[in-house]
Amino acid sequence: METVKKRIKPDLNIEIMGLKFKNPVIAASGTFGFGREFSKFIDPGLLGGIALKALTLEPREGNKPPRIAETPSGILNSVGLQNPGIEYFLKNELINVKKYNTVIIANIAGNSISDYCGISKKLSATSVEAIELNISCPNVKEGTVFGSTPEGVYEITSRVREVCGKPLIVKLTPNTADIAKNAMAAERAGADAISLINTILGMSIDIHTERPVLNANYGGLSGPAVKPIALRMVHQTASCVKIPVIGMGGIMSGDDAIEFILAGASAVMAGTANIVNPTLCYDIIMGIERYLSDKGIKSVKEITGKLVMN
Amino acid sequence: MTAKLLYEEISSIERLSERIYMMRIKSEHISKSSKPGQFVNIRCCEGNELLLRRPISICGTDIQKGTFDITFMVKGKGTQYLSQRKPGETLDIIGPCGNAFELSENYKNVLVAGGGIGIFPLLYLADMIRHSNKCSLIGFKSSSEIVMLDRFKTCSNKVGVCTDDGSAGEKAFVTELLEKELNGKIKWDIIYACGPYEMMKKVHMLSAEHGIKCQVSLEQRMGCGIGACLACACKIKCRGSKGWTYKHVCKDGPVFYSSEVIWE
Repeated sequence: METVKKRIKPDLNIEIMGLKFKNPVIAASGTFGFGREFSKFIDPGLLGGIALKALTLEPREGNKPPRIAETPSGILNSVGLQNPGIEYFLKNELINVKKYNTVIIANIAGNSISDYCGISKKLSATSVEAIELNISCPNVKEGTVFGSTPEGVYEITSRVREVCGKPLIVKLTPNTADIAKNAMAAERAGADAISLINTILGMSIDIHTERPVLNANYGGLSGPAVKPIALRMVHQTASCVKIPVIGMGGIMSGDDAIEFILAGASAVMAGTANIVNPTLCYDIIMGIERYLSDKGIKSVKEITGKLVMN
Repeated sequence: MTAKLLYEEISSIERLSERIYMMRIKSEHISKSSKPGQFVNIRCCEGNELLLRRPISICGTDIQKGTFDITFMVKGKGTQYLSQRKPGETLDIIGPCGNAFELSENYKNVLVAGGGIGIFPLLYLADMIRHSNKCSLIGFKSSSEIVMLDRFKTCSNKVGVCTDDGSAGEKAFVTELLEKELNGKIKWDIIYACGPYEMMKKVHMLSAEHGIKCQVSLEQRMGCGIGACLACACKIKCRGSKGWTYKHVCKDGPVFYSSEVIWE
């Protein structure tokens, strides 16, 4: 007779970069805004954290539309970092986003290393819990300049590290030769965690107009279509660095999240999921809990990197 | 007014023409709270193959029965999925989304100009304007695509129909019918328009020439539909050195005054 395991309520808490997260599910940057719109559908306090829409020193209008296209099990976007700028954020959005009972991660982007340093300094004096360095946006000219080589990653991470008083996450691009080398460079330069993957540069063509669907021609692919690539990269990266890895790429369910955690992620981010359904992050959290409970695993921490390779 | 994430039951579905379907959906929330010009954002897939919801304008409500209607054209896999749904099945819907047309009792003479599938939100609009003189001008590619004509006739004082190929009504564009009305005796207070971009642009130009207010419902490829992902950008005039900013169809629109829009 099969023995029935006593169901337990698993512990979803994690602690990375010296920060406590109530669960390992973080809304990915650019898909959750500053939380306002989503708070009408879901209590953001249920999430482990929120990575805010990327902030730049000056406001940015973003790219000319169309900015989004649907591809098989994926979304291609070229929003181009539209945001109101750091000053507007500090004045009008920060107080609101801090009301949510969750870890707030500011995602920052810029045209130059001094831009990144400038924003980091400003944010270091605020109550955001961590800073995520976006050196991997494929949708702006300079987006991946700093993030595609180990030298570039090292340079910008170490310069920001000097002025950044918050835990620092470096978000890596998959559009590179060896993402693990970039992760190691970020670690050497003093990053507290790595997040990956940003979107994969892609294209969609309208055969009737004989033009790319996106006005920017190329855009960043996300969604379940990229998950196998993201998992492989998370696994490679987690095997090479000691700092925590935050995994993302097409997570739509608790089971997807578990795959990333087994591959070595200490936490996960869900992005496209939010676009599909504003409450999906909650389902992902519940799915993780159910998996752990079914398996009789006491804490999500126990399975990070537990993957057994063939 | 607030958009909610809802799982609602299809009450009926009817094929109006080769590619156009009307679906009636039970939803107390949407039937009670929606206004003409607003849309619903519907999941059109059971798995994860098609990730983006399809934004479809609401074309009528029945508050007593707690239902609302959408009318859509089958264009791709998503709308095809939708067209194959059966009464009793459930849809994953966010709605009502976006801003509505601005109605006012001061508008005594109202012009409604729609092209193709742009006529559906205007039918809802024309239906809800109760005390004005309404002239509805609707254009189609050809006679085989004419739908909802009777309903426009019921709720309008005058209806003008045209087709691109002349197979029904006048062989003309809706904007030509509009121009005739604008040059006529009636002093129109507002024009409401929805249709292809070039049509709305022309409607805007005519409204500006005649000094008449005009509201348009814009379309753009959309992501979340709730104003967070910033995909559905549209150029809207604003103060400042550039004179414009990217607003978003899903949240700031879809309805804008045509004079606010930067037409390109």
